[in-house]
Parts: sequence; C-alpha cells; structure tokens
Amino acid sequence: MILSVVEQFPVLVIVVSLLSAFTILIAGWLNKKSCWVISFATILVQLVMAVFILHHVLTVGTIHYWLGGWSPPWGIEYVVDALNAYILVIVLSLALICVTYSKRSIAHELPQKIVSFYTLYQLLVTGLCGVTVTGDIFNMYVFIEIFSLSAYALIASRGKIALKASFTYLVLGSIGACFFLLGIGFLYSVTGSLNMHDLSLILPPLYENKVVQAAFVFFVVGLSIKMALFPLHTWLPDAHSFAPSEISAMLSGIIIEVSTYALIRVSFSVYTVAFIKLLPIFDFLCWVAAFGIIIGSVLAIAQYNLKRMLAYSSVSQMGYIMLAVGLSTSTHSALWGGLTPALMHILNHALMKGCLFLVAGAFIYKAELWNITDFQGLGRKMPYTCAAFMLAAISMIGVPPSVGFVSKVYIILACLESGKFIFVAVMLLSSLLNLVYFWRVIETMYMKRGEGEERSHSHSSSSKIDEIPLSMLIPVLTLAGLCIIMGVVWLTEIPLPILDQVNALFGLGRYAIP
Amino acid sequence: MIDWSFGGGIFIAKYNYWISILLMLIGFYAMIAKGNLLKKVIGLNIFQTAIILFFVSLGDATLGSWGKGVTEPIVKGTLPWAAGGIVEHGVVYANPLPHVLMLTAIVVGAATTAVALALIIRMYEEYGTIEEEEIIEKERELGV
Repeated sequence: MILSVVEQFPVLVIVVSLLSAFTILIAGWLNKKSCWVISFATILVQLVMAVFILHHVLTVGTIHYWLGGWSPPWGIEYVVDALNAYILVIVLSLALICVTYSKRSIAHELPQKIVSFYTLYQLLVTGLCGVTVTGDIFNMYVFIEIFSLSAYALIASRGKIALKASFTYLVLGSIGACFFLLGIGFLYSVTGSLNMHDLSLILPPLYENKVVQAAFVFFVVGLSIKMALFPLHTWLPDAHSFAPSEISAMLSGIIIEVSTYALIRVSFSVYTVAFIKLLPIFDFLCWVAAFGIIIGSVLAIAQYNLKRMLAYSSVSQMGYIMLAVGLSTSTHSALWGGLTPALMHILNHALMKGCLFLVAGAFIYKAELWNITDFQGLGRKMPYTCAAFMLAAISMIGVPPSVGFVSKVYIILACLESGKFIFVAVMLLSSLLNLVYFWRVIETMYMKRGEGEERSHSHSSSSKIDEIPLSMLIPVLTLAGLCIIMGVVWLTEIPLPILDQVNALFGLGRYAIP
Repeated sequence: MIDWSFGGGIFIAKYNYWISILLMLIGFYAMIAKGNLLKKVIGLNIFQTAIILFFVSLGDATLGSWGKGVTEPIVKGTLPWAAGGIVEHGVVYANPLPHVLMLTAIVVGAATTAVALALIIRMYEEYGTIEEEEIIEKERELGV
C-alpha cells in the first residue's frame, strides 16, 4: 500500500505532538522561554497538517493509515473521514489560540511551572488528536486516558482549591473511562474485534443481543461523565473555575466536545442508525439534554463568580449539542437534518466559550477580578476585552448574525421537523435565561461606575485604558471576531457540504433510508 | 459466546465473572461512601482491577468465552512451541489479546493512581488533612 504524503498526516499529527512534548521537557532545562516557542510551532504545524487532511478528505476521500503496516482488523488503524477531519481542525485551531494566549498569562500565573505546563499541554493536544483520528476502539480508550490525565494535572497546576477540583474530576473521569473500557470488553466478548469498521460489520445481526445493548449503555454513561452531560456534570463547575484560564477554555471548548465526538463516533460508526432506532436511548438523551439546558442555565444565574457561571453555562451548552445529536436520527432535511446542527454547535461552542473563558482569564490577569460584582467600570478600562466579551455574550444569547443564533435556529428547525415542540420551548426559554445571566455581566461592565470614578469626571484618570498585552488580546479578539464571521459564513451555507458528507457517511439526514 | 442466560451452575461455572462484578461494586462503594481521599483511590484501584479480571476471564478459552466457533488460533501453521509443532484447528487456545490489552490498562491505572496520590500529597501539605469533609470545611473558612 503506497500512501501519498497527506495520507501519512494522521499519524504524523500525533507523533509530532508526542515528540514535541518530550522535547519541551528537555529544552525547558536549558531555556524556559523555548517551551512556548516549541509548543506554538508544533501546534501550528499540526494545524497545517489538519487543514491538508480536511482538504484531502473532502476532495479525494477517507484516509486509512495502518500502523506498522498491519492490516485491520488485527492492526491498529487510523481512519480520517469528514467528521474526524472537521473536529481535528477545530481542536487544533482552539489549541493554537489558547497556546498563543498562554505565553504571557502562564508567565504571570505559574512562573515556576512553565516547563511542566507546556509538556502537559502538548500531551493534552496529543490525546485530543489521538481520540479524533483513531479508528480502533481500544486505542480511543488509551487516548481518552492520555488527555484526561494531562487535564487532571493541568487543572491542579494552580494548587490549593484546584487540587480538590482536580481530584473530583480524576475520580469521576476514571469511572467514566472504566465504563468505556467495560463497554469495549462487552463488545469484544461477542465479536472478538476492536476495529470500529470491523465491529460495525459484525454487529448488525447481534443488535438484539443483551450484551451488545449493555455495551452501548456503558459507552453512553461513560462518555456522558466525560462530557459533563447534566446529571453527571458535578465535576465540571469546580474544574472549570479553578483551572488556569486557557485550560478552562480548552476544557469547555474542546475536551468535553471531543468526548461528544467519541460518543457520536461510537453511536454511528461502531453501532449504526439501525441500532439506535431499535432502542429509545436517543429519545432519553433528548430529555436529559433538555433538563440539562434548563438546569444549567438556572444554576448559572445563581453564580457570582464569572468562571463558575460560564462553567454552568457549558453544562447547558452541552445539553444543546446532545439535544441535536438526539434529534439527528429523526430529521431528514438537506439543511438541518442529521448531525448538522450538532456538529455546527460543536464549532460554535468552541468559539464562544473559548472567547468567554479567555476574557475571564484576562480580568484575573489584570486585576485578580473573579466576581461579577467587581467588574464595575471595566468597559472603560479594558474596552477591547470587554467588547470581545460582549460579542461572545450576544452570540451565546443568540443575536443574529452570530454563531449562537445560527446553531439555535438549526436546532429549533430540527426540533420542529421531528415534531418535538416541547424542545422548541426549552430552547427559547434557555435563550431567555442566557440573556439574564449575560446581561447582568454586561450591565456591570458598562453601566455601573467603578469605585474611584466620579460622576462628573467620566474621563478622569481612574478610567484610563489599561489593556492586557497584545499576545493575549489578539487571541481574544480573533475568537470574538470569528463568533460573528462564522455566523455569517454558516448563513451563506458554504461549509455545509462538509457536514453533509458526515451525514452521507452515517446515512443520516437526507441520506436516511426511510 | 458467553452464555448469559440464567441457568443452573452459572454461579460456579462463571465464578470469575461474579467475583469481577463483586469487586466492581466494592470499588464503586468505596469511591462513593468513603470520606478519606486515599480510600477513594483504593476504591478506584479495586474498580480497575475488577475490569482487568473481567478482560482476563474473556481470554480464558477453557470457559468457552472466546466466541462460539472461534477455536482457531490467531496464527495458523507451524509454531515451535505448540504441541507437536503444529497449531491445529478445533483445539481450544487461550486468547492472548485481552491479556495484552490489560497490560495497557494496568499502565493507565498506574498513571491514574500516581496522579491521584500526587494530588493527595499536595492537598495534605495545603490543608493538613485528607478527609474530604475537613477539606471542604477549610475551603469554606478561606471563603470560596
């Protein structure tokens, strides 16, 4: 089997990243400043590769890479189709933006831990890419553990309270991963295979088998813990609020999304639509997601710590994605059918939450401001950061033409098509609740005056502009700009063919067999 | 294929699976009910060990757990260490693959335990205790 250069990229994305992690560790002994450079350069190279992979997948077709030349189902195989390639680009784009941001912020927050921070960060990226490109279910488990372990350590890096948060995440995350492993064991006991494609060929006659059904439940529960789906979200608020801000952004924007990707992959690539229609589990997931949307938003309103509020908002946003995934088997439109709204919201949520958490980090960087009530007058002190926050916040609320608006429209259209009107009400109510908790922050930033500000001297010395460094501001503004630009791009329907290919792959949406 | 039907002798014939389930529940209980963080980690380890036992049991061919009709060896042909030098059809072989998978899972388990223990040591330095309740109390005193 002779492969073109691009067809080698799926494995190179991982190898380069893994080698870079250990290079950083060694280079850090000599020069601490080199860590950031190596990490940034690696992720940039990975992102370029990911873009080439996406282009290749869309123009030529799915990439199969056999590790060590061992043919599947015996050897491990990396399979990249439209779904992986799309997720891979999102993962690496946000990773690049966060690493750019982290240069100044980590030097300020964790000056003693720069070397270990970037080593772990690179391992985290390795794990996330690994989960995304692999076509072998046990390999997926190993990569899930790699990124989870790096995430535990990164969350704990701030010390003190973060340690407790990290420990809770570790215990719950390990239970989730163990359930996933148990699911693999169940499938292996009936099929004797671990290759996803091979499993999808062996499984159909066994769909009525209780073991196969139990395995699916284990996968769903295990990954639901990892992605913080509503009743299993208890680790998330602490972990998100006490982690360093770029890690919060990664956690909320990427890590829980990659777990969602793993669930989509297992549901549609290992099992198929035929199996999902056999069991009412996706209907159940829709209801769980709907409760998650409402309760996440209500809890967000009750918070006064900005990062904690955003964390609860993530719980509600994961509800959106799972609701869209749950509806995917019952919609047949060419536009909003199948997985389109879910995949769309994965990208959109990464942009919005990435931006919001980085802004929250900026406030902490500048003045150790954690609580919303302390944000008085920030709109004048940090005009660009606050503007970025506002753009992302209005996206979350769903003001056109932002990304949040597009996702909500698509999800609501999917709800309408499948005839589940109650979820339309849930979506609208949640937009209202989003408005409540984001408006509170915007109001404090712009409408209320700072402590030292006099009424008559709004241009006095206390309201002088005091912005974060450019290396932090550019990532924040990029994400904020993308929140609006991507919204317009989605409305023009240019990127929809990518998602259409995913639907074609899984037989969803307009490709569904009635 | 494993005979999952609830028949006579299932407790005795599949005793390793029952032990695995029992261990899993013990581990789960320890993680939920114990307030001591170290005991939670021990619970986690028991849980992981139970899964390892489950996988290793899958590879045990004498229980016929390796799928019906899959009595073929992974490598066919002549092998120096097989009986008579020839690997035969129809002879039951233990499946090495679940065992190999568990080597990886053991490594992952060891790494998880290492991270957890490191966190516990840091928490002990910070709060002077490893009881969950006391840590939460001290956090409250710090005003979070």
